[in-house]
Amino acid sequence: MGLVALSLTACASTSGAGAKAGEKSAAAKPLRAGLDPGARPDAFPTTYRPLPSNDFAIVGARAYTGTGQALNNATIVIRSGRIAAIGEGLEPPQGVQVVDARGKWVSPGLIDSHSHLGVYASPAEEAHSDGNELTSPTTPQVWAEHSVWPQDPGFNTARIGGVTTVQVLPGSGNLIGGRGVTLRNVPSRTVQGMKFPGAPYTLKMACGENPKRVYGSKGQAPSTRMGNVAGYRAAWIEAAEYTRKWDDYRAQVGRGEKADPPARDLGLDTLSGVLRGEILVQNHCYRADEMAIMIDVAKEFGYRIASFHHAVEAYKIADLLAANGICTATWAGWWGFKLEAFDSVEANVPLLQAAGACAVIKSDDADLIQRLNQEAAMALAAGRAAGLQISEAEAMAWITANPAKAIGILDQTGTLEAGKRADIVIWDRNPFSIYARTEKVYIDGALTWDRRDPRYQPRSDFDLGQPGEGVR
Amino acid sequence: MRRRLVILAAVLAPLFPSLPTSAAAAPASASETLAVTGARILTAGPAGSLESGVIVIRDGRIISVGQGAPPAGARVIDAAGSIITPGLFATGSLLGAVEIGALGDDLSVNNPQISAAFDIREGLDPASTLIPIARTGGLTSAVVLPQPAGGGFGAHEHDGEVSGGRLTAGGGHELRPNTLFAGQGAVIRLNGAGDMVVRGGVGVVVAFGKAGAQAAGGARGAQIAALKAVLSDVRAFAANRSAWETGSYRELGLSKADLQALVPLVQGRTPLIARVHRAADIRSVLKLAREEKLRLILEGAEEGWMVAAEIARAGVPVILNPITNRPDSFEILGATLENAARLNAAGVTLAFTAPEGAAHRARETRYGAGTAVAWGLPWDAALAAVTINPARMFGVSDRTGSLEAGKDADFVIWSGDPFEPLSTPKAVYIRGEAQDLTTRQTELRDRYKDLGGPLPPAYRRR
Repeated sequence: MGLVALSLTACASTSGAGAKAGEKSAAAKPLRAGLDPGARPDAFPTTYRPLPSNDFAIVGARAYTGTGQALNNATIVIRSGRIAAIGEGLEPPQGVQVVDARGKWVSPGLIDSHSHLGVYASPAEEAHSDGNELTSPTTPQVWAEHSVWPQDPGFNTARIGGVTTVQVLPGSGNLIGGRGVTLRNVPSRTVQGMKFPGAPYTLKMACGENPKRVYGSKGQAPSTRMGNVAGYRAAWIEAAEYTRKWDDYRAQVGRGEKADPPARDLGLDTLSGVLRGEILVQNHCYRADEMAIMIDVAKEFGYRIASFHHAVEAYKIADLLAANGICTATWAGWWGFKLEAFDSVEANVPLLQAAGACAVIKSDDADLIQRLNQEAAMALAAGRAAGLQISEAEAMAWITANPAKAIGILDQTGTLEAGKRADIVIWDRNPFSIYARTEKVYIDGALTWDRRDPRYQPRSDFDLGQPGEGVR
Repeated sequence: MRRRLVILAAVLAPLFPSLPTSAAAAPASASETLAVTGARILTAGPAGSLESGVIVIRDGRIISVGQGAPPAGARVIDAAGSIITPGLFATGSLLGAVEIGALGDDLSVNNPQISAAFDIREGLDPASTLIPIARTGGLTSAVVLPQPAGGGFGAHEHDGEVSGGRLTAGGGHELRPNTLFAGQGAVIRLNGAGDMVVRGGVGVVVAFGKAGAQAAGGARGAQIAALKAVLSDVRAFAANRSAWETGSYRELGLSKADLQALVPLVQGRTPLIARVHRAADIRSVLKLAREEKLRLILEGAEEGWMVAAEIARAGVPVILNPITNRPDSFEILGATLENAARLNAAGVTLAFTAPEGAAHRARETRYGAGTAVAWGLPWDAALAAVTINPARMFGVSDRTGSLEAGKDADFVIWSGDPFEPLSTPKAVYIRGEAQDLTTRQTELRDRYKDLGGPLPPAYRRR
């Protein structure tokens, strides 16, 4: 690191200072874009374009809006890929196509805030194992999007399950595992063609057993939970220093002074983005006591944790999570596969909801992502068995609005409200029923899956010529 | 135990006012006659379904299932508005043999002296916390099967770890199996008592396909040859036992314990439970069983629908997980959610397992059944796949699996459709005894439900 930094610095200093300085100082020349973390914060820009769509209206449905409401005889008007209007018994505008949803149920497109689709693609062969860069415990320089295989057949099966947006995260083998990416769940030749326009980047961090086991077994740090915490703190100290160097440099250039730009560091760019509040921390953490420690680490260095993931003990500190505005993304039925998952309870999510905390059901699994509605139903039933009165309409937020909030896209999607992206699922029956299946899935108003129309049943390249041809 | 049940009843009372708490939770005392009335009874037996039926129980057995008035003198449990089914089966389960997945289990051996002789019933733990949790899914029985060494059970693909073997150095998941036989399964009742084993030696598990090829030295064909050689040795052992014992017979390829364990298999008294996935591998297992005259049960069979007619013709039942539909390996490229429906339509008898070995997530067995229905399986066939079918497949249908006179009183009173997540078991009976539905999880839940109070949660008592 030291040598590289020196050489880069030397190189950069001969070419002069930053772009802004150029106006004030003849000596200052613009930094080459690749050497300036601020020049192109998104080096792999989205090329997503919604699939073709027409304006239309869904009429006659029972609708969960994602805002905690349930509507009868709902009309949803979609114009230019956005929800133009929603209400009970609205007359659809003249001339638009009408989708008759009488007897059907409608929900927002489901959002999975914890997926490894594409980075641990099917088939689960070693050649597809691209989610954990287990060569160093701290790898903020890696980006999940550089591992995503858009042909993962799991994207299609997830869409059949109603999932329109996924956050793809690196794995949890590292203390700091790298950047996550939020994707529109559309078939695409490239990952750029799936990137959710304007969605914030995220950073995967991990507590507990995984990092200490991976590195402890290699005879290196961390090998304990206290080693884990020392690792996070060391990384944030370095990130703060890096941020200060760039701030100083830009201030000097801004004053027209001659200044040597710091060497760009991809990992520290990401951590610096967290400290500036631009990148959302998604923290894998099972145990309540460890979550409380992570909250203090965040306070020590001045960043926020957007959500804890797995967090099977969140119910033990629901008050703390509510007070700190941290979402919890977890399951209902998964437990006991390792010691730190022993204290799971089925009612974790409803207990969080009752405490006023932001509760999310997520999959972390290419099977469960196909049935997030069932997992929400299990959690809801467990809440009711615990005496908590929670409606199905409220529970729908666990797989729509709340994950949207946790990954910073609630202003764009996650609810059926005028102005939002028209990400909509039509179900053949109440999605809290085990028998419910999706009939149509719209993303930005475009039909991306239709159970009754083979023209809207996309298949991965991988499935062609294979048994079943990807009809799942 | 008694105190627990009373408290449980107090907790349940406000939730299910229609169930008298004493009746719902108190165990039937010896020689007491119990009548459960008013429910819709889905017997999974010859009586089919009965509206407002009556089950009469005495000494842990079902005396009668029918309609009409309860017998005079019986203690009556009014279950009006409920649905009653037989207690459900977790099939292909690990219950009793694993507590915390990553900390090891009693499911597999990699010992050339003990392979088919490994009997999973020895070493099952009735005190496992998984068992009461499984009961909350309406399960009263499990078919526990050994796992091939190196099979990767416990290596979870969630949690971002993806394949523990890749993540840990020497985690054991990459262990190559060096035995053809994983061991023998058992049927247990989920009462968590010392008498929980109902029947042992219910089948010998063998993994085929890629896993089997590894055990035989690398190629699928080698495994078939190796199995044929072993079965020939077992027949020779059975026919020349005394000569073998005195050392006057040729050397045989297995230990004495394994040879003995395989005699019932070659005699067709116990089935071969073949864990097999790809259509071509299913065909080769069907052929092997035909040639060797083995009774056969298929487990996995994700591509079973592609050879459904052949499976049906052979009269071979199938254990499958209804939700497996991704091409997760090159052995299951044809996986589909319609597998169960298509096999059933072809006339194949089905039993359902649940994710991750139907252990921690055994309670999801009923959701898998419901999902199979959503994808085309008739409802009654789904109920049979979690009740009477596994009971028949594993030789315990004289005792359980359906609601019929003479069988153990293993049944569940449900608040609604048993496959729906929003339905819950109001009461679970095993051999006529109301089971405690308190679990370690409900205790944790209740301890932390209210976070206030002067003392830390550790002081709370239920």
